[in-house]
Amino acid sequence: MKLPIFLDNHSTTPMDPRVLDTMLPYFVEKFGNAASRNHAFGWAAEEAVEQARKQIAKLIKADPKEIVFTSGATESDNLAIKGVLEMYKEKGDHIITSSTEHRAVLDTVKSLEGKGKAAVTYLPVDKFGMVNPEDVRKAITEKTILISIMLANNEIGTINPVKEIGKIAKEKGILFHCDATQGVGKIPVDVQDMGIDLMSFSAHKMYGPKGVGALYVRKKNPRVRIAAQMDGGGHERGMRSGTLPVPLIVGFGKACELCEQEMAKDTVRLIAMRDRLEASIMKALEESYLNGHPTNRLPGNLNISFAYVEGESLLMGMKDIALSSGSACTSATLEPSYVLRALGVGTELAHSSIRFGLGRFNQDDEIDYTIKKVIEIVTKLREMSPLYEMAKEGVDLKSVQWAAH
Amino acid sequence: MAYSDKVVDHFNNPRNMGSFKKDEEGVGTGMVGAPECGDVMKLQIKVQNDTIVDAKFKTFGCGSAIASSSLATEWLKGKTIEEAQKIKNTDIVQELNLPPVKIHCSVLAEDAIKAALADYQKKADGVLADAK
Ligand SMILES: Cc1ncc(COP(=O)(O)O)c(C=O)c1O
Ligand code: FES
Repeated sequence: MKLPIFLDNHSTTPMDPRVLDTMLPYFVEKFGNAASRNHAFGWAAEEAVEQARKQIAKLIKADPKEIVFTSGATESDNLAIKGVLEMYKEKGDHIITSSTEHRAVLDTVKSLEGKGKAAVTYLPVDKFGMVNPEDVRKAITEKTILISIMLANNEIGTINPVKEIGKIAKEKGILFHCDATQGVGKIPVDVQDMGIDLMSFSAHKMYGPKGVGALYVRKKNPRVRIAAQMDGGGHERGMRSGTLPVPLIVGFGKACELCEQEMAKDTVRLIAMRDRLEASIMKALEESYLNGHPTNRLPGNLNISFAYVEGESLLMGMKDIALSSGSACTSATLEPSYVLRALGVGTELAHSSIRFGLGRFNQDDEIDYTIKKVIEIVTKLREMSPLYEMAKEGVDLKSVQWAAH
Repeated sequence: MAYSDKVVDHFNNPRNMGSFKKDEEGVGTGMVGAPECGDVMKLQIKVQNDTIVDAKFKTFGCGSAIASSSLATEWLKGKTIEEAQKIKNTDIVQELNLPPVKIHCSVLAEDAIKAALADYQKKADGVLADAK
């Protein structure tokens, strides 16, 4: 086992070496511009791009022509939301989204809202982090043009009832955008079955390279149109201009192919490791609380709050394990995780949360090591915590008058 | 963010971690911060003849908050009440090399020192008043 251990696979994933192998020829040898129609360099590049488009489309049950390449999910979210709003503004300006979306969605709709270009409804989630499809239905007005709800949450891993939401969207004739960045490649995704009209995802979350992603844009039933957000050479059927990063796209395609082939195997392994991590920690440490859905959650996700200890100090005590925390101390804004707050997790417990993100390359001995370390550091920091001491003395922490600063 | 060696050292080997009984003679307790803010610091001093003979802390907070309070206890020991009043958060920032986002952790430590001293003073005044 090698240290440090990477258990932050929601932030990004290491690239699969097989992905790198497929990319290498496209840097020096086959360096052509996929838009060059008149020579062999261009043709080779175009062929590689089209092959990747097929691999990607296959994973999500789409047509290759429905894949628009972008720089990543942030761009895909922006393109989907701004592109739809601009294209359909005659029909209305109301967008429905949820309070636990990634900031690539939330900040996009907020900026549109701020400029007076859109009216936005932020749906609440239940205590497990799930959107209720009936809430979506109730929020629909005659001005609604877009529903944007994520597939799986990046902090707590909770999987939304996307298919039900898709059904409602279809029924009401409203476009449905899904940020599926954390889900594609990890759980089965079928844009037909789920009734998704636009979908964002990103290669670096699924063992592919950083800097490339895609927006799925439905071509029929209905044919979705979006206004390009960048002017230029009219690539990607006019939806996203810019010379295609061929090596990245080739890698993205290979990553999708591998995910499709290995999803079943990966899932079994990840769930076994994740469940063992969860059970061992919860058994050894009283007052540790699972955040998110107990079962309906990404295979590699585990998010736990350890009462009476603060998240950043936990991370500091486990320096040789890469993890993340919802604590304010780890964020630039000094606010604890808005996702955990939206589930109704108390601020104190939000500060005490740790996200474990397991991936394809984690091994059992790394999990053993992590279990040991977590138990050690939580125990040590609780000994150091005035809150733990008070709780042990029977003081009700809620009744204390804190000198807030 | 990278931590300074001193922060790491205090975090890994906290000095004077623990508690005195609050009602023990000569003990002053300061508790500042709030769980909702993600940081609570408890700092205690034990005073004999106007001199701090011992100090202890317990902290819920980030590594810098733990290091700030650990350092504070080190500095308090052996100081007179008057000298202890003069410890400034900026001294802690300098000693631990804290980055700007962690300055409030040192402010909390200064507040905890002040609160512990005030609590001691209040108790001492109470004892005096009783004696009269
Ligand atoms: C749900 C979700 N959406 C969007 C993004 C942004 O993806 P990218 O890094 O590809 O821009 C992320 C990654 O953090 C994510 O988890
Ligand atoms: S306690 Fe939050 S940053 Fe130090």
